[in-house]
Amino acid sequence: MNEDLIAIQDEHKASFFVRLSRSLQSSWKSIVVAIPFFWLLFFFLVPFLIVLKISVAEALIASPPFSPLLDWSEDGIVMIRLVFDNFTYLWEDDLYVITYINSVKISTISTLICLLIGYPIAYGIVRSPPTTRNILLLLIILPFWTSFLLRVYAWMGLLADQGTINNFLIWLGLIEKPLRMMYSEFAVYVGIVYTYLPFMILPLYANMEKLDMTLHEAAADLGAKPTITFFSVTLPLTMPGIVAGSLLVFIPATGEFVIPDLLGGGNVLMIGRVLFNEFNSNNDWPVASAVAIALLLLLVIPMMIYQHIQGKENQP
Amino acid sequence: MSNNIDFSERPWLDPEAEPFIRIQGLTKNFGAFTAVDSVDLDIYKGELFSLLGGSGCGKTTLLRMLAGFETPSAGRVFIDGTDMTDVPPYERPVNMMFQSYALFPHMNVEANVAYGLKRDGVAKGEIKRRVHDMLEMVELGIFSKRKPHQLSGGQRQRVALARSLVKKPKVLLLDEPLGALDKRLREQTQFELMNIQDELGVTFVVVTHDQEEAMTLSTRIAVMDEGQFVQIGTPTEIYEYPDNRFVANFIGSANMFEGRVQKRVDKNLVVNVPALKGELIVEYSAEIADGSKVWLAIRPEKMSISTTLTDTNSVNVLSGIVHDIGYLGSMSTYRIELEDKKIIDITYPNQHRPRDGKHLAEWDDKVYLKFDPSNVVLLTR
Repeated sequence: MNEDLIAIQDEHKASFFVRLSRSLQSSWKSIVVAIPFFWLLFFFLVPFLIVLKISVAEALIASPPFSPLLDWSEDGIVMIRLVFDNFTYLWEDDLYVITYINSVKISTISTLICLLIGYPIAYGIVRSPPTTRNILLLLIILPFWTSFLLRVYAWMGLLADQGTINNFLIWLGLIEKPLRMMYSEFAVYVGIVYTYLPFMILPLYANMEKLDMTLHEAAADLGAKPTITFFSVTLPLTMPGIVAGSLLVFIPATGEFVIPDLLGGGNVLMIGRVLFNEFNSNNDWPVASAVAIALLLLLVIPMMIYQHIQGKENQP
Repeated sequence: MSNNIDFSERPWLDPEAEPFIRIQGLTKNFGAFTAVDSVDLDIYKGELFSLLGGSGCGKTTLLRMLAGFETPSAGRVFIDGTDMTDVPPYERPVNMMFQSYALFPHMNVEANVAYGLKRDGVAKGEIKRRVHDMLEMVELGIFSKRKPHQLSGGQRQRVALARSLVKKPKVLLLDEPLGALDKRLREQTQFELMNIQDELGVTFVVVTHDQEEAMTLSTRIAVMDEGQFVQIGTPTEIYEYPDNRFVANFIGSANMFEGRVQKRVDKNLVVNVPALKGELIVEYSAEIADGSKVWLAIRPEKMSISTTLTDTNSVNVLSGIVHDIGYLGSMSTYRIELEDKKIIDITYPNQHRPRDGKHLAEWDDKVYLKFDPSNVVLLTR
């Protein structure tokens, strides 16, 4: 009798553990999904909503320096205050429009230069023998081991009027007075292309590595000269890499602050610097937030359109 | 003499025929490794020529030199009388069907087939018509808008074939054309290939490691080993009259006996075979000195098997014990252990149904094997 009871209890226990492990297993899946979900929620969506909230507030001389979203009136009614003046202000003031256009122009040209330099580099790495390939990839990643700020300061030393490049050219006798390179758009292009080139090369490399080289032979066999093969086979098949690399360069370059500030000085208008000035010099948080939101829309909307088109194309 | 013989089916026998592809002393070195070692070969118009050999024998390298993907280290390649050795692949009148098919994944079937015609600057209407006709021929008309990844292996293979044929090349090179197909599809495609070849009169050069494929497809076969040709001939010549032990063993299977020539009796030779402690009689007309070391090859299907010895006087009779039987339905393969433990293989058709539940021979039965002197191949190397 007793033994039977114990056996039944054991069975209960066993089934309890089985159920526990099963529910743990299924909850593992939800945990794995939950980690990135909460990460994005707390570190992206919530800050974004705060910025969005500030962008529709009014600037006040107070702490914090903007009006609250919700107001309790005296008779206990909640009032929501939304002010869109900041956005209309952005549109009406030429400075912001010009700065946006200039930012997009600089980052577009930088992206194209990165592509022109990065594509042959990535192709060369893919085509090199495996041992050399790893060394070359390491060299691409190597600059990341030094602080980004230090590298920009190094460029200041190189490009300055009394900098290494000018001194060297004068020593060679090619020029008599120093070339003016610092505090110009040229310096900003140099800085952005230099900094973001690896972000172009790495996705291109990942994409090209999968490229089937017999396709080139097939094209040649069917009568295509090397340039035609490139435009009809290689280029279309590496397009995903080109798009990924270009986005990785274009998006951060548009909002770039450090490079235009240090290398461009006051001569190059980019949206990152305007944003910085609104926050720190003008202490106008609502306008600064509006600038940030507008920048986000400027970048996200074209991407969403692109993704939409891509999604349609991939459907059979 | 030559006026009386019709050479149209066998142009290689005609001393006056111009070879369509002429390969002279062609060599390819990869560093210290010689993939193709100074080979000479003539291929005639309309032939379906196979390069057969194991992996690493140099057959693919040779084909790639014909296509222009590899530059020869030495030697020359002529196609239709023109020296093609230094001509880049995109200017050769040659198309290749790749082992992996190498279809352009970003283009649909139609665009894949049209690719070569576009490069030649053919008029749009004409491209459309020829692509359409070609896709009809390989029975893929309804799939013309599909992308390669939406097709089955057999369909992809037909697209690759259509793409390489649509330019009407003088020579079509095929690299393991049937390698990736299952057995049923292979057989079907083999015959399709032969029909297309017949219809279009294109010269085919096929690389394969599959001897069955080479035997059914080819007008002639070149057997390759270590970068050189070990024998070139028709499927019958290669199988029935192998030149050497490598070919005899590589094509089909053969039971091999080592021996020495004892004496000549009319058209036959008496060969002493130590392994059998006896003699075998071989039909052999060419001159050979007594005492020469030779190898005798007997194909498994060239022997008969029985459990009783009817004529005690007959020559070339071996006796042994049935060691293993493989029943294949239409025929059976037997492994017979001879008296001195040597094992030989024989295949014999099952002409009768089993009687009393017993086949012709069963495990551990004593059997007698017989073969005619004319069915033994004598090899000197």
